[in-house]
Amino acid sequence: MSDLHELLLLGVVLTNFWVLGTTRLSSAIRATAIQGALLAALPVALHPGWSLHIIGLAVGTLLVKAILLPTFLSWAIREAAVRREIEPLIGFSGSLLLGTIVVALSFGIAQRIPLPESESALLIPVALATVMIGLIVLTTRNKALTQVVGYLILENGIYVFGLSQAERVPFLVELGVLLDIFVGIFIMGIVVFHINRAFDSMDSTRLTELKD
Amino acid sequence: MTPWPVVTLVMVLAVAPALPGIATRTRAFLTGRRGMPVLQLYRDLAKLLRKNVVYSETTTTVFRIGPIITLATAVVAATLLPLDGHAALLSFSGDLVAFAGLLGLGRFALVLAGLDTGSSFEGMGASREVTVSAFAEPVLFLCFTVLVLATGELSLAGMLGERLAAVWVLTLPSLALTAVALFMLALAETSRVPVDDPGTHLELTMIHEVIVLDHSGPELAMILFASALKLALFGALVVSLLMPRALLAPPLAALILLGGLVAMAVGVGIVEASMARLRMNRLPQFLVAAGALAVVGVILLLR
Repeated sequence: MSDLHELLLLGVVLTNFWVLGTTRLSSAIRATAIQGALLAALPVALHPGWSLHIIGLAVGTLLVKAILLPTFLSWAIREAAVRREIEPLIGFSGSLLLGTIVVALSFGIAQRIPLPESESALLIPVALATVMIGLIVLTTRNKALTQVVGYLILENGIYVFGLSQAERVPFLVELGVLLDIFVGIFIMGIVVFHINRAFDSMDSTRLTELKD
Repeated sequence: MTPWPVVTLVMVLAVAPALPGIATRTRAFLTGRRGMPVLQLYRDLAKLLRKNVVYSETTTTVFRIGPIITLATAVVAATLLPLDGHAALLSFSGDLVAFAGLLGLGRFALVLAGLDTGSSFEGMGASREVTVSAFAEPVLFLCFTVLVLATGELSLAGMLGERLAAVWVLTLPSLALTAVALFMLALAETSRVPVDDPGTHLELTMIHEVIVLDHSGPELAMILFASALKLALFGALVVSLLMPRALLAPPLAALILLGGLVAMAVGVGIVEASMARLRMNRLPQFLVAAGALAVVGVILLLR
């Protein structure tokens, strides 16, 4: 059987493309929620033994990445009344194409990185691709909330990378990281909310204009 | 040679007109309406076959042979697929190019027939149809690339046959991606919802329905049947990818194909009920997304 974790990782790549291709913020947030759920299932699929470490990681990830953050982000778009990304720096077709190039690149790079043998051959390339796609979303979209989604995806990539070493990284460190992200997203959400208040829009390009 | 390729081909030809009916019925059911009978297209075809053909004065032979070529190419393309899971009626190395080319030729003939009427409305539809196919065809070839890489075979019968059953388990992620890409492609090629709306007649939004406006009688019947057959062909491709049937007995394989086609039609109906038609300028994005899926499939195999 081509294992469950390979399918999960494939799902992670697909949700990345979903975020790249969608114009609606709510749809992008749903994609990250699904990605969070997939990431939560990943440690369980990778290490079938039911150790406390793994279960804690899965439950914590599920809570933070699949439930708390998406709920919070949906609250933010409701409050700020933004629905869609209008004109990203790189068009949607363009960013999808860029996404495929990035995926190809990361598969190429992953073979050359000398890393200790991990559980799944897909783990490293998918992690690299997710980080880079997160970077694309973060840098090419104008709406502050989409940039937050990009940050979240970038972080998810780092999480997948960490999973390849899950046996060696202490549990507490990972929980700390999760908490960090949560606080980070929370602050970003509030900043976004204030940008929206001050400028009547969430367009971050407005922040470059000088005002008295 | 077993009779099964012929039997399954006849079965697919017979079942094809029911598929759009199932899709439309599913869509109607999910949106809280009753919808037309599943077998409506059979009645429409029977009605159209009894009628006369009316030709516009401005049309030439191009207009008359358009529907014939469309139907013929679709049927020949059907003979290239191993519908019973084992062998196709026609098979040679590289016939996947012939498959794509036949579908392209059918589309080309239909577009020419539309242009031949001289109506600006149909010219617009023709331009849109060609735009869609320009994006759809590379995606089809990308999907075939995945299959060729996975099986090492260059004919449709070979790569959807026993080799696929052998490598299926190993390459499932790529094949699943390809199946999704093919499903999206099927929506575009058969002008179903996110790409085109078969329910809107005489509106500026439609693509495929526009170029067939001037056709009537048996010729319209040919076009409708060819369109339904195309949906069945893509359905057969998707089913063959997800369920390699080479190791099963032919009758069972035929039954699975039948069930798969119905499931495909229901899937199309679900998509139609849950999505709105995409704006024209968003269409390339839809097909680029399908292409991206296929490219990831290729990358997974090259690794």
